[in-house]
Amino acid sequence: MIVRIATETQYKLEGDAADELNDLDNQVVAAVDAGDEDQFHALFEQMLDLVRRAGQPLDEDEIAESDVILPPPDTSFVEAAAGFTGEGLIPD
Amino acid sequence: MPGIGGRMSTVIKAKISKMLDRAEDPGETLEYSYQKQMELLQNVKKGVADVVTSKKRLQLQQQKLEQQVVKLDTQARQALAQGREDLARTALERKQFAQTELQSLDQQVAELESQQASLIEKEQKLRSRIEQFRTKKEVIKAQYSAAEAQVKISEAASGVGEEMADVGLAMQRAVDKTENMRARANAMDELEAAGAFDDQLSLTAGEDEIDRELHQLTSQSAVDDDLARLKAELGQGAPEPQSLEPGEQERQA
Repeated sequence: MIVRIATETQYKLEGDAADELNDLDNQVVAAVDAGDEDQFHALFEQMLDLVRRAGQPLDEDEIAESDVILPPPDTSFVEAAAGFTGEGLIPD
Repeated sequence: MPGIGGRMSTVIKAKISKMLDRAEDPGETLEYSYQKQMELLQNVKKGVADVVTSKKRLQLQQQKLEQQVVKLDTQARQALAQGREDLARTALERKQFAQTELQSLDQQVAELESQQASLIEKEQKLRSRIEQFRTKKEVIKAQYSAAEAQVKISEAASGVGEEMADVGLAMQRAVDKTENMRARANAMDELEAAGAFDDQLSLTAGEDEIDRELHQLTSQSAVDDDLARLKAELGQGAPEPQSLEPGEQERQA
């Protein structure tokens, strides 16, 4: 799975990490639905961290379309509330 | 309903397919995409220039405020020497306020510096992407009668399209942040022109009552300390118990 962190770069994410990302994604949606800003920031940080840690950055000369695009790391809670809803970034 | 990411890719895909529809000739599609990339590169360059301009302006304000701090300190000293503690206190209150503003300017300048660095990085990356695309474009055009050419074009165009949309997004966010700071810088310039921070509260607009009270508390005690320092320097009044650390007098004099 190719994941982009918007305004940063793209990563290749395999197997378990992709599942983990999906799981975090669902939790973020729950946090946003509950209006829990702190929880949102904590979980969103975990998502970014997971992608940066477990992901393999795409080669500079590789031009590929992403399967998932994470919002910019400086996304505010208000912006997130407009986007992280329903099935989240990764539709089940 | 997909979230932000899903929505963003959908938007990008819609743009790409529109772009592909526009030109029946794949060669034309490629040229169009290439042209769009070059436009974006120009925009990014312009974005960098805007950030630099805003930064210089804030730095100019920093200098003015620093001068202001020195001036107010001198005025407080003069007022005190003439036995006008009330005036001295007002001058020190303003000095305190100017110092708080200085701190906030420092943060903003640092923020703009990081925006600048990240845009320059984007510009370089985009430049190399465009170069790759240009090469790929020539290759695809040379063999576009082949059945797979159409697929390749669509792949290249959507990958590049996403990259372009992302650079555009990064630009937009940088520009938004810069504009917020510029509005604030404008407000400060206007206030300064209208009489150098006479109305302190209007500069802190947007803070709530508690913020203001807290700010007043801290600045009040800082002003008291400052006043005690000046008095000690001028040999007035009893030395304060929590007085100065050695060396501070020379440093602040």
